[in-house]
Amino acid sequence: MRAGILRSPSPLPGFGLSFGIMMAVLSVVVLLPIGALLGRGLMIGAADLWDMVNSRRIWSALTLSFRAALIASLFNLVFGLMLAWVLVRYRFWGRRFVDAAVDLPFALPTAVAGIALTALYAPSGVFGQALAPLGIRVAYTETGIWMALIFIGLPFVVRTVQPVIEELDREVEEASATLGAPRSYTLRRVVLPTLTPALLTGFALALARSVGEYGSVIFIAGNIPNLTEIAPLLIVIRLEEYNYDAAAAIGIAMLVISFAMLLGINVIQIWSRRRIGLV
Amino acid sequence: MSDLALSRPAAVTDEPRATRYLLIGIVLVLISLLLFAPLVAVFSEAIRQGWAASIEALTSPDARSAIRLTVIVAAIAVPLNAVFGIAAAWAITKFDFRGKAFLITLIDLPFSVSPVVAGLALVLLVGANSSLGAWLVANDLKIVFAFPGIVLATMFVTFPFVARELIPVMIEQGRAEEEAALTLGANGWRTFFTVTLPNIRWALLYGVLLSNARAMGEFGAVAVVSGKIRGETTTIPIMIEMLYNEYLSVAAFSLAAVLALLALITLTLKSLLEWRHADVLAATRRH
Repeated sequence: MRAGILRSPSPLPGFGLSFGIMMAVLSVVVLLPIGALLGRGLMIGAADLWDMVNSRRIWSALTLSFRAALIASLFNLVFGLMLAWVLVRYRFWGRRFVDAAVDLPFALPTAVAGIALTALYAPSGVFGQALAPLGIRVAYTETGIWMALIFIGLPFVVRTVQPVIEELDREVEEASATLGAPRSYTLRRVVLPTLTPALLTGFALALARSVGEYGSVIFIAGNIPNLTEIAPLLIVIRLEEYNYDAAAAIGIAMLVISFAMLLGINVIQIWSRRRIGLV
Repeated sequence: MSDLALSRPAAVTDEPRATRYLLIGIVLVLISLLLFAPLVAVFSEAIRQGWAASIEALTSPDARSAIRLTVIVAAIAVPLNAVFGIAAAWAITKFDFRGKAFLITLIDLPFSVSPVVAGLALVLLVGANSSLGAWLVANDLKIVFAFPGIVLATMFVTFPFVARELIPVMIEQGRAEEEAALTLGANGWRTFFTVTLPNIRWALLYGVLLSNARAMGEFGAVAVVSGKIRGETTTIPIMIEMLYNEYLSVAAFSLAAVLALLALITLTLKSLLEWRHADVLAATRRH
């Protein structure tokens, strides 16, 4: 085992045992199920898969899931950068508390977040009542889905960008200021490019999470077919009808689109790292 | 360096005072609306009809069996994932083998798969409609719509937490200390328990904490495989959904408040770990 896989010898023991445990658990928990999903897809065949996905209801659900995830993640990109900057650079009362609270969406179960947001934004809720005179409806519309996805994606950009801002060398900013650049120019041309790779990483993580999000969305979405029905919910509906092939088709479509998107973000990331000379 | 930083006039690298106050203001308002408001809503909805109603909802047989199931599932899934995380981190950081980068990508895979797709994949693998599932059913092993399926689904969604926390920490610590222990005559297990484990204990605790929070709160993946058999396969989050859909709002929010409390405890412990042991955690010293 050691000789076959190891590239260079290590004096430490336990390679066979640790590698074995790792591969066994990884296979049973992750690889076999994902393999079963993809295998089901192969058995169905590309043409039939396409026929099953190619319906108005499924396309609406898929585009809704990706559009809402994109909108929420873009909001979190901007707000997350602002939040990270404020938390690292400014000192104010309650800063540590806010810093700790940023992780709330990681810790709070999605179903809990879902019913809480619905209670707030429903027509009878606190926010719902406040927004009604303005003619804004959030619960049971696509806006409600955005609010849920903004909630669950909030920590990602903050947590990836924060350590990079902490490590920023202020002398570079000073040099830029000494050379006559206004603060806004320094921020745009000196600080922002350094943060870009971390921003993209956080954005990609938030996007991947929100595309597949289920628990926080289904309560507030209203789940009207073609309008506010997200792709994961459609999978659940198909499974409840014991229509496993159709469920698998939607699942595979989601996997394929997610990976294409993550690949695209990776490419942009490599490009931006090269541009600022990190690689 | 620190003296210099303290005595340096910070004006050139600071935004104007007005900008600073504006940004702090925006952040505080948005955080209150986006994060604190939902949290407050959980507790206020839970006690809307008084404490008695809410406590009664929590002590009902269905609620108690949901709480019991959630605790048992986490008590199995989290330690298994911790063992996996330690094994994976040991193999990946102490040895140099082919395909390591690909393996790390596979470990991270559950983060980019929808929990519902994870549940679906499990159903396709071991559900009654698959050949493996049919064989299991013939041998009286029920996985989907039963306890083992809930554990597997929970393990899937919490899979990367411990390994992801340990790998960066163990990469930085290198192999030198373990090699020294071996040279001095310690065997492998003794080296692990007296050298490696003390070095990674806080990072391990951090990973376990996060994966426990996710395990007890997982909804999407569990919803697909649970079958929602009342009193048997309903975890707390599933029970919340069922009660909510039956318009039993106080009961749903009371159970939700239990999970929200758990989230607050998790956040407090996590912050304590980050403040006390920032130097030995991967999360607080990336890059």
